[in-house]
Amino acid sequence: MKIFVPLDSAAKALGADDVANAITAEAAVRGLDVKVVRNGTRGMIWLEPLVEVETAEGRIGYGAMDASDVPALLDGKLPSLGLVEQLDWMKGQTRLTFQRCGVIDPLSLADYEAHGGLAGLRRAIGMDAADIVAEVTTSGLRGRGGAGFPTGIKWNTVLGADGPQKYIVCNADEGDSGTFADRMIMEGDPFTLIEGMVIAGLAVEATKGYVYLRSEYPDAIDILEKAVVLARQAGVLGADVLGSGRAFDMEIRVGAGAYVCGEETSLLNSLEGKRGVVRAKPPLPALEGFLGRPTVVNNVISLATVPVILEKGAQHYADFGLGRSKGTIPIQIAGNVKFGGLYETAFGMPLRELVDTVAGGTLTGAPVKAVQVGGPLGAYMPRDKFDTPFGYEEFDGQGGLIGHAGLVVFDDSADMLGMARFAMEFCAVESCGKCTPCRIGAVRGVETIDRIGQGDGGAIELLEDLCETMKDGSLCALGGFTPYPVLSALHNFPDDFAAKKQAAE
Amino acid sequence: MADAQTTEIMQGILASHRDLEGPLLPILHAVQAEFGFIPNDVVQIIADDQNITRAEVHGVITFYHDFRDAPAGKHVVKICRAEACQAVGGTALSDRAFEKLGVGWHGTTANGNVTLEPVYCLGLCACGPAAMVDGKVVGRVDAEKLDKLLAEAGA
Repeated sequence: MKIFVPLDSAAKALGADDVANAITAEAAVRGLDVKVVRNGTRGMIWLEPLVEVETAEGRIGYGAMDASDVPALLDGKLPSLGLVEQLDWMKGQTRLTFQRCGVIDPLSLADYEAHGGLAGLRRAIGMDAADIVAEVTTSGLRGRGGAGFPTGIKWNTVLGADGPQKYIVCNADEGDSGTFADRMIMEGDPFTLIEGMVIAGLAVEATKGYVYLRSEYPDAIDILEKAVVLARQAGVLGADVLGSGRAFDMEIRVGAGAYVCGEETSLLNSLEGKRGVVRAKPPLPALEGFLGRPTVVNNVISLATVPVILEKGAQHYADFGLGRSKGTIPIQIAGNVKFGGLYETAFGMPLRELVDTVAGGTLTGAPVKAVQVGGPLGAYMPRDKFDTPFGYEEFDGQGGLIGHAGLVVFDDSADMLGMARFAMEFCAVESCGKCTPCRIGAVRGVETIDRIGQGDGGAIELLEDLCETMKDGSLCALGGFTPYPVLSALHNFPDDFAAKKQAAE
Repeated sequence: MADAQTTEIMQGILASHRDLEGPLLPILHAVQAEFGFIPNDVVQIIADDQNITRAEVHGVITFYHDFRDAPAGKHVVKICRAEACQAVGGTALSDRAFEKLGVGWHGTTANGNVTLEPVYCLGLCACGPAAMVDGKVVGRVDAEKLDKLLAEAGA
């Protein structure tokens, strides 16, 4: 009997290791032949630890499991959720990037290949560099880290650049609250990221790659490091990638707890061993990136999506989506929700459907007050903007951004003045210090919001003015986008700011 | 001036990072893994090895939240302060930790057992409030779970 118990951090945080150990121990006592496979998570975090038992009909799910449920599970008496693939949450999705996540043993290259892995790389090996770039351009893939820059165009710049050495740098500094797609794929299907990086290397003629992975993700670091060793042993990485005669190898580098290093130029400085201070652009990293050489800097999800684009063809991918937001997006549903987790779907689903139907509303049962979309630099969307379809331009048009596609849901107990203050406080803590509007502005922002909180309504105008300065005068998104949560809280929830004023009077 | 033993350990760490491009962060992580913090007297050794100034090494150490200039308590408890955890009671949880431990952020309990650190997102946003104890993740931390974690850590 084969039993799957996730090794994903979220599953572990909810007791998956205890469940796995209990299954192994109980099976030994009973003399049962049980093979426990540690898979990634399917993304249904409210069901974690989600244990799956392989049967002739498919994999039957049990969750959320507790170690004390194990005897009943092995007796066949534990109520099941039915076939995991047939659950509404799974059926509603279009899983392209995450097609294998939760299905396979993340560290089995044989499993990976049996489920379509390496098909994209094999196809890329038979193509010219420019054709690989053209394929990615046709797919319409845009940077999933948040900026939404077309990946193919970035690659084309690096392909055309001259340098003694070119690099592929994967930005795995997933610091945005409400996002965990990078972590989930690195823990659940790390070979996809490795394959995507190798394809990127072939496409721009780079032979060396780095993954800059945040130190807050020790489990992801461990799994990805093991996967790199396995890939090297199997010849997927090394001097002769799958016998193609072309070289590509990669290293994992661990960050050191600085949020700003998720910004690409700051990340490059950090990778070079410097303070993670933002660089002015130009020069673009594509031309002068790591060590001043041409460098592709892509987010984990962008790179992990490349294999499926090469496997199924650019058009297959581009046929999903809405307008200029093509393909699928792994939406991460978090905060105060009944059903939290990762939901990969074509662009275009309205926010209302995501929040009310997919997420099932709030965990507390209280009405949804606001949803912060796109991490700590994303806007707080009120209910009257919930018809906005999930797409880059669509959210931009509503004064927001989709960022790394995380949704953080708040119920009606949320204090939006407090959230605005937190956004400024966070910016002050994490500012790299290079530009004044961010370094000083964030500190003044906290003070100004405190004044509003103490009833000084006149300070509202000052806050708006400060936000404008930060927006226009900051080099990167940290100072430049902190006004999004602050101003959206102020404009969409004016009562939370006015109430304090009245209370003080 | 570092003592002979420290110097020898440092030579080993530096030698094992010789082939890396941009080795300073990996070196500092290795130093912290070895000593539990970045001792002041190794800064000059790193600077000499990397052919940069002592000030530059100091600048890098102080830029990143992870690097400490003094040892932490026996156990490090990190509690997530970010928005997704706040949406499910993260702030009340950290307030409880302050009260139980009698310290604020970055503080170490009087008995030296627990250091409390804030963390901005552990990627456990669908099962918050989240915490991490010595690298081990914990989700849906309520008051009861927190008390148990702190007691186990010897607070």
